[in-house]
Amino acid sequence: MDWVYLIEVLVGGLMSGVMYSLVAIGFVLIYKSSGIFNFAQGTMLLFASLTFVKMTENGIDFWTSLFIAAGIMVIFGVVTERYVIRPLANQDLLALFMATVGLATFQEGFSQFIWDSDVHGLQMSKFLDIGLLDPAPIFMSDHVPWLDILIPKFDIFASLVAGSLIVVLAFFFQKTKTGLSLRAVSDDHMAAMAVGIPLQTVWAVVWAVTGIIALVAGLLWAERVSVSFTLIEAVMKALPVILIGGLTSIPGAIVGGLVIGVGEKLGEIYLADVFGGQGIELWFAYFMALMFLVFRPQGMFGEKLIERV
Amino acid sequence: MSKSLLKVNNIEVVYNHVILALRGVTLDVEEGKVVSLLGANGSGKTTTLKACSNLLHAERGAITKGSIEYQDKDIANSDAYNLVKDGVVQVLEGRHCFSHLTVEENIMTGSFIRENSKEAKQDLERVYDHFERIRIRKKSLAGFTSGGEQQMIAMGRALMSRPKLILLDEPSMGLAPQLVEEIFAIVKALNKEGVSFLIAEQNAMVALKYADEGYLIENGRVILKGKAQELLDRPDVKEMYLGVGAEGQTSFRDIKYYHRRKPSFT
Repeated sequence: MDWVYLIEVLVGGLMSGVMYSLVAIGFVLIYKSSGIFNFAQGTMLLFASLTFVKMTENGIDFWTSLFIAAGIMVIFGVVTERYVIRPLANQDLLALFMATVGLATFQEGFSQFIWDSDVHGLQMSKFLDIGLLDPAPIFMSDHVPWLDILIPKFDIFASLVAGSLIVVLAFFFQKTKTGLSLRAVSDDHMAAMAVGIPLQTVWAVVWAVTGIIALVAGLLWAERVSVSFTLIEAVMKALPVILIGGLTSIPGAIVGGLVIGVGEKLGEIYLADVFGGQGIELWFAYFMALMFLVFRPQGMFGEKLIERV
Repeated sequence: MSKSLLKVNNIEVVYNHVILALRGVTLDVEEGKVVSLLGANGSGKTTTLKACSNLLHAERGAITKGSIEYQDKDIANSDAYNLVKDGVVQVLEGRHCFSHLTVEENIMTGSFIRENSKEAKQDLERVYDHFERIRIRKKSLAGFTSGGEQQMIAMGRALMSRPKLILLDEPSMGLAPQLVEEIFAIVKALNKEGVSFLIAEQNAMVALKYADEGYLIENGRVILKGKAQELLDRPDVKEMYLGVGAEGQTSFRDIKYYHRRKPSFT
């Protein structure tokens, strides 16, 4: 067995796992706080990154574009809460899910209507002078003689961004008053209202934060696969991630993403002969999710139903 | 006579535009008093409390007639958040603790409306002083605590907003008699500190023992009101709600006339 090659595959898997995790966090946030499975997460990514790319293409500089795109995502989140979620509050969850399906369809058309449906490339290195955005990979053999593998610098950059996002979110949820009220709302809407937590405000905050996460995730994905309609499908890989990690757990989204990333890369390389050919990468994640649904439906870190006996 | 804190004037509540739950409830909570609202299942106790705390709309209910005044202000169009800010907080039936939060976090959620976090910390201590039982469990998940502890958590959480009026819904539900007494003793202690209570209860004996005034509610309307002691002494109340007959056992057929009024469909 070629150990160096194995390590390279592992690292590649972890890096692509980070990308899945970033998208999965968006799902988890909304599910945690309102019990809604937000089908529109993928189109939010598309909308956010398309908005950003179109602005940079029109000559606006990086930070201003980022700022404006973030602002637009926040406004979008608040408007969604006000006109889609709030009128349906306390309705059947399926009704809310269908509303997000509708939202996804609308957003998909809307973003391509106001911008365009072309494929846009995004190269952040053009705007940001950070060494990590340099397209040349790191040759590990320069640092560790026996480790002859390549690590794309962008993957490290993406991991750092994802990592810091997670730290910020964890702090926000565990240590701040707003975070506490978010967790309270996700636990019991009625009780949260009874103690004076304004549900609408909390939901608006969640949708706004999710919008910003969608922007960050969207930009990182766009850098890899370009900004276009296909971004939505890439995002669908996040579904098995949250099923594995647990719908209500942010750490679960991270670990789930890494597991899927590594799993499908390893499967592709080492199981190809067993299953008669390539393409394992395409279905492996869904297969794992299915296994989890059968044997551990709450996922790795999902909240177990606390039941008093 | 002391000042009226909460005034409910002949309210009618309809759920889902069709289900008539209250058809004329009038009651009055004076400052510094404990008022009990008694009645059987489905008589409208919870609906009355939810109408007062503005939680009805979350269950597709609406006040269609009458008005509710708190400190002489109409609160029918207010919302739960502002009401808690003004000092009215409800402790829901069945406790409704946040089961995935720790006991302490549960209590702290009650301080959301508070600006000053230092004061909130002091109030947390005050809550623990009242509910010694939950101080030792503050780090455990609320979902794993016992029913009595959950009731205390729910009440402590409500106290964190420094309320003037607590709407307490069925505090005795599923609790051992000893714990029920303990809970009501705390209610009395809080009342001495100046918090008024409106308590919905099925356990009429305990509720009247600790209350100043009582209202009997049936089929969505108040059928009897009076001082708690007077109610306790009435033969009809004794038979129907306290389970002790005036002279030994009485047949249910004979006592029905006490509280049946002709329903009015106007």
